[in-house]
Amino acid sequence: MKSNTAYAIYILWLRQIKRYFRSKSRIVGSLGQPIVFLVALGFGFGSIFAKAGGGNYIQFLSPGIIAMSIMFTAVFSGIELIWDRQFGFLKETMVAPVSRLSIMFGRTLGGATTSTIQGVIVFLITIVIGFRPDIAAVLWGLLFMFGIAIVFTAFGTAIASTMEDMQGFGLIVNLVNMPLFFLSGALFPLTTAPFWIQWIAFINPLSYGVDGLRAAFTGVSQNSIGVDAIVIAGITVLFLVVGSWLFNRVEV
Amino acid sequence: MVLFQFVMPDSAISVKNLTKKFKHSLVAVDDISFDVENGSVFAFLGPNGAGKTTTIKMLTTLLHPTSGTIRINGMDPVKQSHAVRQSFGIVFQDPSLDDELTAYENMFFHAGLYGVPRKESPGKIEDLMKFVELWDRKDSLVKTFSGGMKRRLEIARGLLHTPAILFLDEPTTGLDPQTRNYIWTYIKKLNEERGLTVFFTTHYMEEAERAAQRVAIIDHGKIVINDTPANIISSSGTASLEDAFIKLTGRAIREQEGTGMDQMRTMRQAWRGGRR
Ligand SMILES: Nc1ncnc2c1ncn2[C@@H]1O[C@H](COP(=O)(O)OP(=O)(O)O)[C@@H](O)[C@H]1O
Ligand SMILES: [Mg+2]
Repeated sequence: MKSNTAYAIYILWLRQIKRYFRSKSRIVGSLGQPIVFLVALGFGFGSIFAKAGGGNYIQFLSPGIIAMSIMFTAVFSGIELIWDRQFGFLKETMVAPVSRLSIMFGRTLGGATTSTIQGVIVFLITIVIGFRPDIAAVLWGLLFMFGIAIVFTAFGTAIASTMEDMQGFGLIVNLVNMPLFFLSGALFPLTTAPFWIQWIAFINPLSYGVDGLRAAFTGVSQNSIGVDAIVIAGITVLFLVVGSWLFNRVEV
Repeated sequence: MVLFQFVMPDSAISVKNLTKKFKHSLVAVDDISFDVENGSVFAFLGPNGAGKTTTIKMLTTLLHPTSGTIRINGMDPVKQSHAVRQSFGIVFQDPSLDDELTAYENMFFHAGLYGVPRKESPGKIEDLMKFVELWDRKDSLVKTFSGGMKRRLEIARGLLHTPAILFLDEPTTGLDPQTRNYIWTYIKKLNEERGLTVFFTTHYMEEAERAAQRVAIIDHGKIVINDTPANIISSSGTASLEDAFIKLTGRAIREQEGTGMDQMRTMRQAWRGGRR
């Protein structure tokens, strides 16, 4: 029998893209949070940040907010797995002659693509607000956006694989998302923070996404862009493996 | 339309000593054996909780048996899951369509997942959607469909990769009598004109009696009898399948026509619980 794997992955990806563009209210709704952060923090803290010698705060903040919106959208896309299980569509994919790994892969690629699109929209908004990125490095920036998206889509799918209902999922996601976001260096530099906070930031995947985006767009970062890229790639593989393992155990 | 792309053994389905025991639970399917002849219509009749869905899940690769053997078109669902999946179509007990997509998109995605050649799939989709009389609604979102329309679309979708067997898990539960009639007309036509083997479960007596060449009555995970409807009636010395069922199992199948699935499940559990 000829293998249909690549086309099946494409089909599962396409389904998510279609659903994404069909839910315009969701797209618009999820832009609210990053805009509030950008405007409230960007204009509120801007002068304090500059006085403290941090430079232009919008330049510092924008990559962090782009990373945040990608991460939130990506983790949250895991809920589609729970939806699909509750509304039955998951059975249709599970009974098709397609391996679980391909299903997981197609879903993750789909969720990661829509999260990246979300990130690009936020990126354009930051430019309107005053962000001045190095346009020559836009490709690197996109790569990091997609990296963050894949890592956290796999993470969301992994959590969703172990959850029965949406409430449980929402609870866990909120519990995890907020600390990861605040302790990633997205809003303020953590170089002078207490040791334990620096330690969390060190093992926090989002830190490397934020830092990589900063390196790409502004050239100012903690790690070199190569280190950030390698760490993100490593975590991507790790989360994909764990996510696949958990997804493999899902019963329909 | 080519239906048989596989080398066919005499039995489309062959099951021997099949058992499924869930963790922390009773034995849902208890040492059952049966054969379904190629090109026939076979009914699995039993009350709610008898083990019908569990059996279908094992036949269709979604659950691994605790013990026993299964052959679907001569293949083992555990070891040759992809080949087996390619060889049957299924309509699940609960809806499994993507509500946010159009009817056509649901068909299109199914064709993609099953590797239906891209040159053939538009024609096939059109054929089948016309067959279930949904072609004029092809661009409507599925969430605007009635229960009966969803069922018809699921039947069309299940046939898209030209399977040799169609599994239907309580295909008419929750539908009004007129829609139920429609569904049976389609299924009969598929069996007679295209030689499709049909395996369906039901808790409606008259459906088993009318539509199936053979009926297996399943109760508490065991097959009580497996014969033609006429033989079941005559050998139990009763006037109808309904009376035969009561005689064989010691109770009646209650037809609970609840509106929502959930309501039905609660009632079913209360009913079963009360009997123990
Ligand atoms: N995943 C499961 N875990 C534990 N028990 C189950 C599971 N699925 C079904 N059962 C039990 O197995 C029995 C048979 O269920 P099922 O096959 O769904 O019956 P039917 O389809 O005939 O109504 C029931 O008692 C049900 O509660
Ligand atoms: Mg059932």
